[in-house]
Amino acid sequence: MSSPEFKNPVVKWIDHRLPVFSFMHHELHEYPTPRNLSYLWNLGSLAGLALVTMIVTGIILAMHYTPHVDHAFESVERIMRDVNHGWLIRYIHMNGASFFFIVVYIHIFRGLYYGSYKAPRELLWILGVLILLLMMATAFMGYVLPWGQMSFWGATVITNLFSAIPWIGDSIVVWLWGGFSVDNPTLSRFFALHYLMPFLIVGVVILHIIALHRFGSNNPLGIDVSGKQDTIPFHPYYTSKDLFGAMVFLTIFASAIFFYPNFLGHPDNYIPANPLQTPAHIVPEWYFLPFYAILRAIPDKLGGVLMMFGAIAVLFVLPWLDRSPVRSGRFRPLFKLFFWVLLADCVLLGYLGGKPAEGIYVTLSRLATAYYFIHFLVILPLLSVVEKTRPLPQSISTPVIGGGMVSAPAAKRGKADV
Amino acid sequence: MSDTVENQGRRDFIVVATNTMLAVGAAAVIYPFVNQMNPAADTLALSSIEVDVSGIEEGQAITVKWRGKPVFIRHRTAKEIELAGQVNMDDLRDPQGDLDRVEKPELLVIQGICTHLGCVPLGQKIGEVKGDFNGWFCPCHGSHYDTSGRIRKGPAPTNLEVPPYTFLSDNVIKIG
Repeated sequence: MSSPEFKNPVVKWIDHRLPVFSFMHHELHEYPTPRNLSYLWNLGSLAGLALVTMIVTGIILAMHYTPHVDHAFESVERIMRDVNHGWLIRYIHMNGASFFFIVVYIHIFRGLYYGSYKAPRELLWILGVLILLLMMATAFMGYVLPWGQMSFWGATVITNLFSAIPWIGDSIVVWLWGGFSVDNPTLSRFFALHYLMPFLIVGVVILHIIALHRFGSNNPLGIDVSGKQDTIPFHPYYTSKDLFGAMVFLTIFASAIFFYPNFLGHPDNYIPANPLQTPAHIVPEWYFLPFYAILRAIPDKLGGVLMMFGAIAVLFVLPWLDRSPVRSGRFRPLFKLFFWVLLADCVLLGYLGGKPAEGIYVTLSRLATAYYFIHFLVILPLLSVVEKTRPLPQSISTPVIGGGMVSAPAAKRGKADV
Repeated sequence: MSDTVENQGRRDFIVVATNTMLAVGAAAVIYPFVNQMNPAADTLALSSIEVDVSGIEEGQAITVKWRGKPVFIRHRTAKEIELAGQVNMDDLRDPQGDLDRVEKPELLVIQGICTHLGCVPLGQKIGEVKGDFNGWFCPCHGSHYDTSGRIRKGPAPTNLEVPPYTFLSDNVIKIG
């Protein structure tokens, strides 16, 4: 680590005692990054941008929101009508949740395609899955706060999932509610936790970044950086690339906020919560639909809940299910094929989750659920053994400068030497 | 790199133009986030009240709430009016004639907030300390106000404020 020479005497004085400037220079400026990253590598910084946006708008909304069953709905309406620019801030927060999930889902599928979960980045991947879980909990509790019909019945259905736990399930649900139904105590605690959890996410994100900077980013070729010729400094190359991506993202985000603010929401949530009447067709937010489809596909209460959580749990052990030494899907013809099938399967599950649980939809849900697990538990371990991978380039710079290809086993030996 | 002087100028222009647009954009984003803390529309809608003052007998005072703060409305006695009118302007810290502070001499309408640090002065109710000048006395840091609500002694810098008000009829005033 080369210590940078700072010209500003104040910066120099501080850095000598508290090396924050050296740290930032090291991690954000000279940080060597593979030179071949595509725009798919923008999604990490975009997720960070989304997280910050959510925290800033969330804190502002909390200044105007009242976490009480008698006032919650009206306080949200007051934000929309009376608070200066309240409509804008709430629409940013509301759509921000969706865009955060869009970004994170693309980020995850990027990781799946390019094998970013493989050694030595297993913990980086696991921390990422943890962030996804925390995000889901946060998003779910946030959706309850406006205290509309979907808020109330979503909270009722999701908390009732825990009643599937044998013996103690019902007691757990009463404990979660702080009563005998979703009511004021539930709303207060959801508000407190919804405020807390983003900061837990920030903590895990910091760990995620520390783990990332240990070995640096994976790259589209999925091979290790072999020397200085394979990397470029993070600044200005990737700061400007990230910034450009952020501008594109913000353009799309702003279009949604200003022109289609309620496109991703459900109109029933503009009806105040009524504990005596469930809406005819209750669906979660779109980002939960694939999991919702899995839940409904299983004709058994406990089984459905287990499979739904299992769909996330399987991601935790993914680094040990896919044993192929080649990371990038570019050099794995069969894996590549199955990757796209998996993506289509997840989209299908999302579609089915939004449909009523009857007829052909149930059958399709079961098939899609089965395929999801087969992909991770059967296909990936099998591919690790049977797939014949394409030859890997010698280094990241070789395809640019020109040079030979080596076979996969050779690449693996090369890695062992490093 | 072929960085001629001519090229350099064009680059500088792009950098300055980009940063300017960035600053404009940032300001446009920050504005709603700051402005949201200003009074909301429903708060502003409650910013004026109407008070029926016919029931206040001579020597009596009532306190009404306007914008979340007390407003003192006092039906002054002839003696109090006389006392307030006699004061030498040179004795006042914040010189203002008594008649400049009222619409009708018998009805004094003032903001019941000490101009020092915002406490509510005593003197509205019978039996409360009225201070050395028979008006109001702030218990927080000892400011004395006279029968016109003017500061006479103590740390407060200015007179008790007169809120904007008008007589809608002989008996009803609108504050705000």
